[in-house]
Amino acid sequence: MSNSLKTLELQAFIGPKLSTVISQGQIVFLTGSSGSGKSLLLRAIADLDPHKGEVWFNNQKAMDTHPTIWRKQVGYLPPNSFWWDDVVANNFDNCEDALVYMEAMDLPKEAFDWQLMRMSTGEKQRMSIVRLLSNQPKVLLLDEPTANLDPKTVRAVESMIIEYTKKNNCSVIWVSHDLDQVKRVAHRHLAIDEKQISEKPL
Amino acid sequence: MSIISLGPAQLALASILVISLAVISTLQQLGIAKRLLVAAARTAIQLTMVGFILKALFETSDLTWITLVAFIMLAIAGREVMFRQERRFSGVWGFGIGTTSMFLSSFFITLLALNFIINPSPWYTPQYAIPMLGMMLGNTMNSISLGLDKLTHEAWREKGTIEARLVMGHSWQEAILPFRKAALRTSMIPTINAMAAAGLVSLPGMMTGQILAGNPPQTAVQYQILIMFMVTAGAGFGAMLATWLGAKRLFDERHRLRLDRLHPPPS
Repeated sequence: MSNSLKTLELQAFIGPKLSTVISQGQIVFLTGSSGSGKSLLLRAIADLDPHKGEVWFNNQKAMDTHPTIWRKQVGYLPPNSFWWDDVVANNFDNCEDALVYMEAMDLPKEAFDWQLMRMSTGEKQRMSIVRLLSNQPKVLLLDEPTANLDPKTVRAVESMIIEYTKKNNCSVIWVSHDLDQVKRVAHRHLAIDEKQISEKPL
Repeated sequence: MSIISLGPAQLALASILVISLAVISTLQQLGIAKRLLVAAARTAIQLTMVGFILKALFETSDLTWITLVAFIMLAIAGREVMFRQERRFSGVWGFGIGTTSMFLSSFFITLLALNFIINPSPWYTPQYAIPMLGMMLGNTMNSISLGLDKLTHEAWREKGTIEARLVMGHSWQEAILPFRKAALRTSMIPTINAMAAAGLVSLPGMMTGQILAGNPPQTAVQYQILIMFMVTAGAGFGAMLATWLGAKRLFDERHRLRLDRLHPPPS
């Protein structure tokens, strides 16, 4: 299977082991209590921490791919958004590609000129999702992308991600605590319980 | 003009100044007396010992001994750099990064100055080599410890922004560059301040010493300018190298930010 994400005995520190294949277009939810190691697994797939086991994308092993190329393909959204410049636009590599997602997130084009200090947590969160998608990743690793958003915006983010996934044949791992969201969006559901990861029926 | 020599009686009189500072601070319950007295005692003992060592060294003028003294000075400076870090690199890197950078910049520039600018005969004449190396090491030590401390502090505090760049597919070099800049700027503040203020705000210590020792001010000034340029280059190149090595050590070959390579600060 091309364009699929595959993990083999993947383990971050002493967390649970993950062996799974996520095919193109598939959105897999990962749930579990706080501290169960969900975020660490996403970080391991993005190769941000040392880890055990293997990750493959498109028949290529993470360790055989240059890390900067790997992370462009395998896009990770951290739970909190971080910015390295005070002005929004300077935090983007490609503003042109971001415009379509800005519109979907109900952010005006002028938002590129905004000062980050003046933006709300919710605005920053939406903007960070825009930034992630503008990089055109083939895999999305989303760590509670809608945790700080109002219900209407949550739905907007969900439909934008679903559309992006369809259009680009993405594989998605989505960490969430919201079981209603799992019902709305997930194609599959993996749950961490007692250091074991198991497939849950939807 | 002959030099007025000082004896133990004069130094004892001077020490009354420090002792009275200690007494008054104790009366005010400010609690610096102990550290102050220990530091003052260290100054007196260390400098007296160094006086003997230098006297012996100047008499032998033996390259082996001069080299040995130079490396002992380097090791002590390297240890100082390490202990001045709030979050120092663990393992051999804590000592290695600062010491290597200090060695390369200080020794290289001192050798350059001795062989091509001052030209004493032989080039390692200890009256020139040892004090000059000391000035270089002292200043490079300051700049490197400031630079490394700023770098590791920023990397710790800005973990989120650094990783935000890494996940966008930026390289470690790009992700750390703003903090390397900040670290270099911090490391150069004392040297740049000293150059800017030289002669206007303060008479530099070396020049003051030469003038007190009876040398004509012009000679003292020329030596001071030479030393300041050397010190600036040494501090700058040393800090540049140290912050580059430090930045490289903060990441692994997979461009991951590895804060686990730093010691937590002493509580």
